[in-house]
Amino acid sequence: MKKIQKKHSLALRWFHWINFPVLALMIWSGTLIYWAYDPYAIKIGNFTLFKFYPESFYKSLGIPFRLAEGMSWHFALMWIFTINGILYFLYTMISGEWKLLIPNKHSFKEAWNVVLHDIGFRKDTLPLRKFNGAQQIAYTTVILMGFGSLISGLAIYKPIQFSWLSWLLGGYKNARIIHFGLTIGYVFFFMIHIAQVIRAGWNNFRAMVAGFEVIDEKDSTSTISEQNV
Amino acid sequence: MKPSHPLTPEEEINIEIRRKTIKAFALFGLAGFVPFGVWKYIKNQPKTDGVENPLRNILEINCKLSKSYFSQVRLAPTFNKSEAAKKPKVNGREGLKKPIDLTEWSLKITSDYKEKKIVSLNIDQIKSLPKHEVIFEFKCIEGWSQVMHWGGARLCDLMETYKLGTRDGSILNNSDFKNLFKYVGMETPDKEYFVGIDMESALHPQTLLCYELNGKPLSQDHGFPLRLIIPVKYGVKNIKRIGNIIFTDNRPADYWAELGYDYFGGL
Repeated sequence: MKKIQKKHSLALRWFHWINFPVLALMIWSGTLIYWAYDPYAIKIGNFTLFKFYPESFYKSLGIPFRLAEGMSWHFALMWIFTINGILYFLYTMISGEWKLLIPNKHSFKEAWNVVLHDIGFRKDTLPLRKFNGAQQIAYTTVILMGFGSLISGLAIYKPIQFSWLSWLLGGYKNARIIHFGLTIGYVFFFMIHIAQVIRAGWNNFRAMVAGFEVIDEKDSTSTISEQNV
Repeated sequence: MKPSHPLTPEEEINIEIRRKTIKAFALFGLAGFVPFGVWKYIKNQPKTDGVENPLRNILEINCKLSKSYFSQVRLAPTFNKSEAAKKPKVNGREGLKKPIDLTEWSLKITSDYKEKKIVSLNIDQIKSLPKHEVIFEFKCIEGWSQVMHWGGARLCDLMETYKLGTRDGSILNNSDFKNLFKYVGMETPDKEYFVGIDMESALHPQTLLCYELNGKPLSQDHGFPLRLIIPVKYGVKNIKRIGNIIFTDNRPADYWAELGYDYFGGL
């Protein structure tokens, strides 16, 4: 028989979903800022593989000449991003949920098996836990990235009052590159995340919205094959 | 519709699942409107100096926080002479339309109390103040930065020597902030470019009235004959070709702050 089982707490769901509009707008306003000085590119020798960003990209999104607007949004939203991040951190610490999230010595081997499973090289079932090794690594990484964005952001926002922080990150210019690179990282994370949510299916997605998942007690192995994201 | 028979436990759980799912997604959908609502609301607000009021208010709060955290003891990191750019970047020509020469230039300084005190100085009087050099990473609000080597007189030395910046015209006492004007305003001789700077930043030991770049007199496009170098601020506050200075309690006009940037511009 089916059974309703609690999966994600209300607090956790809020922390998760607040990031969606906030990060979207922060990436947008950050791009408005970046446009004003956009020297980054991926180069092989003298050959430019990709320039951040092509003129057509800017034009199609209406990016050019909006530096001031970008700054005003970025420096308002940074507060929501930071406060949400701090509250989330405190929440995982106090609730003890961090224990489920932090990778351990088995996580890396398990993550490799998850990858093999996901690309179809392994047919066996995934571990029956809230977060498997791949998820532990991915989610811990993205939280560390968030922290990285916060401190690299501070290092370029107030590089003299926090000059020790800029120094720690290899200087002002380097801190700006780190801040930018992390943002590109979010975009990649987001794309993989969405793909995984789709393949994990409805029960998993509903859990992130409604908080519960439905498990079948008669045949409890049936949910194991369902991958949590 | 009422079921004709009592519900089986299986049916009951299915109904509960459905009810809970619909409720959660309805709330989720409603919550999804909140960011749109906030966005629309902000976009529809009147603007102050080019920024919607709610965002302008947050910029002002950020400015207050930055000001309260600001310390004159924290210095911009300095570099070796060899690291300074040989050809420092030129950016911004507002207020520099025509070249200027020393015969038509003097620095006029006004103190904004009832009987305005006006001091007029020539370049030699400024050069007679102790000379300081600073080699630091100049940071443009656009995002680029460059190590530059500047030389000139400390603004605080000028204020001390000419008894400026204090409301009662007494000699500058850096610890007595109550007797100091809140702001320093500066503008080009043609008044085309102008900046406002808080007194704490103006008194920072690295804030210089510069007449030299890389050990040579300033070129026209770097702000000849005298410009401000204030490492604790973005480049936009480092006004070139200063013609007038005013010490005041009223926030002076600021070129870029009027165009949507935050007023403080502190680093």
